[in-house]
Amino acid sequence: MAVLLNKDTKVIVQGFTGKIGSFHAEDMIRYGTKVVGGVTPSKGGQMHLDLPVFNTVRGAVEETGAEASIVFVPPPFAADSIMEAADAGIKFCVCITDGIPAQDMMRVKRYMRRYRAADKMRLFGPNCAGMISPDEGFMGIMPTNIYKKGRIGVVARSGTLSYEAAAQMLAKGIGISTSIGIGGDPINGSSFKDCLELFEADPETDAVVMIGEIGGPQEAEAARWAQEHMSKPVCAYIAGASAPKGKKMGHAGAIVSTEGESAAEKIEIMKACGLAVVPHPSAFGEVVEEMIGHRKAA
Amino acid sequence: MDIHEYQAKELLARHGVSLPRGGLAYSPEQAAYRTSEIGGERWAVKAQIHSGARGKAGGVKLCGSDKEVKAAAEEMLGKRLVTHQTGPEGKLVNRLYIEETVDIAQELYLGFVLDRKAERIMIIASSSGGMEVEEIADKEPESLIKTVVDPGHGLQDFQAREIAYNLGLEYKVVGRMVDTILGCYRAFRDHDASMLEINPLVVTGSGNVMALDAKMSFDENALFRRQEISELRDKSQEDPRETFASDRGLSYVGLTGEIGCIINGAGLAMATLDMIKIAGGEPANFLDIGGGASPERVAKSFRAVLQDDNVKVIFVNIFAGINRCDWVAEGVIRAKREVGVPVPIVVRLAGTNVEKGRQILADSGEDIIVAETLKEGAEKAVAAWKEATASRAA
Repeated sequence: MAVLLNKDTKVIVQGFTGKIGSFHAEDMIRYGTKVVGGVTPSKGGQMHLDLPVFNTVRGAVEETGAEASIVFVPPPFAADSIMEAADAGIKFCVCITDGIPAQDMMRVKRYMRRYRAADKMRLFGPNCAGMISPDEGFMGIMPTNIYKKGRIGVVARSGTLSYEAAAQMLAKGIGISTSIGIGGDPINGSSFKDCLELFEADPETDAVVMIGEIGGPQEAEAARWAQEHMSKPVCAYIAGASAPKGKKMGHAGAIVSTEGESAAEKIEIMKACGLAVVPHPSAFGEVVEEMIGHRKAA
Repeated sequence: MDIHEYQAKELLARHGVSLPRGGLAYSPEQAAYRTSEIGGERWAVKAQIHSGARGKAGGVKLCGSDKEVKAAAEEMLGKRLVTHQTGPEGKLVNRLYIEETVDIAQELYLGFVLDRKAERIMIIASSSGGMEVEEIADKEPESLIKTVVDPGHGLQDFQAREIAYNLGLEYKVVGRMVDTILGCYRAFRDHDASMLEINPLVVTGSGNVMALDAKMSFDENALFRRQEISELRDKSQEDPRETFASDRGLSYVGLTGEIGCIINGAGLAMATLDMIKIAGGEPANFLDIGGGASPERVAKSFRAVLQDDNVKVIFVNIFAGINRCDWVAEGVIRAKREVGVPVPIVVRLAGTNVEKGRQILADSGEDIIVAETLKEGAEKAVAAWKEATASRAA
């Protein structure tokens, strides 16, 4: 079994009937993901892509038993959709939407604290490429043909950079258990550390690739956690070494504003915590190969 | 998005924050006239640019007469002010704020940020006002008072009171300080700010609490619901290359090198800049073309990159997920023919429809350097840049 998502996971699509939601839902179904329906307020009762549409997430969960949801709702309404999923008993939610106001995400994170740990929804994103367990299913927007089933976990802020890593690994015949996007926003759902915990606990993951970037404290937090708690090897890349201070590099969260947020500082922390550092973005394949080679030898 | 000091002050005044009397001036005559409107005997003439540390750079002048104010205004208007935050090119001064000076008994620091660790609004205060917050953190870290606000309930009076007492304020000033902190919090929250800084916040001789300076930035993702903030944008304070790109919906950051970049995805774009540096070059820009890049969008990106005269080569690096390599290839060909690209182009395509994309480039007969991997692409771009620089030198 991979992390969270497998071929039996029942998935609903929020923002199902919109152009973007439809396009990616079709892709997900084609790949074999068990999509059981979708939500578009005011279109409940209709059929879309041969699947039922519901007005509310609660209605969709009651009828279909859905446990996961993917959000393609536009930025002004996306935070509300995430909270709706959390309240309807969805176990994990992937939010693709880019451009959600930071204060809305603050509210979402605060709202999710109302649930006990066992009932609390895991959120991935927003502003991410989604999640894929190769040959099982995917919830996201990634090109699926670069993913091969295997035993390496990937967690990344950036979508395209996670594609880069997957393609380099594929070229070396290395496969992936699950690749998770956590998104480029300053306030996001699951952190790098949360994902490392999942991979550490997953019997089908042998090693992890962590792809971070400038800005925020999450990469350092994860590295420190890995040093203390992980038995599996982790390699890490931090993008943005050439980013000037105080400039936002595309992602709302990719900005060096205080101490410890630059690529150089984060790389130092990775090294100090014993993580293998990927020296440049064309070296994912080699570093992963070496990392699992060592493990086999040991 | 940043705004000017006077704009931030107007916003804060609406939320009950006290300010010295002041007024805006676009000309030396207006500046001199402001003194009679404001009254008093001494005034500060303050250059309105999007940068801190203006005082040290000569952007704030204290004057004792309207003649002096006029002279100071003549000196500042139309000039580019260089501070340690603006970069060597500086920022254009085209408006001034004329403000009465006040009798300062104590200088404080008050800041609001979105704290990424707490994932909440954090208030930072210090009794060591006047210095930059980095300097305070460095020299007097024990003076920093940090308070986190629960977004479920908002800032409570007692929290503001605690800050005021921890600043060591006198009993009679505490009430005004509490009003100031609560007012700033409401201004921050209700306008989707990402940063608010009052430095210094002063206690006057008569026991008033006043914002002598004010800096605010706003969450660009929230501008859709903050029209009144969008209207405060001053494009004269932006890098013109960045304005050109943002007007066309492209995410662009101007840098100082000569290798222009067109990439999809912010992470891959940052990584590509890093790879160019490792290969021995310097990027001219960050540009994320985004998802669903049509040939038109690719052509627009070429125009944006070519706004920068320093660009000697353009490196296009696309890993297509939602994007399609064939569209990108068509866009590159179209840009080459229609925009007229006077520099070499290096293209690396991967992902969706990559074979089709490469075929289009090969069939076009255009002189385009093709690469298969990111590393190869960066190396070829750096080689083309070196060649272009060498031929210019010769």
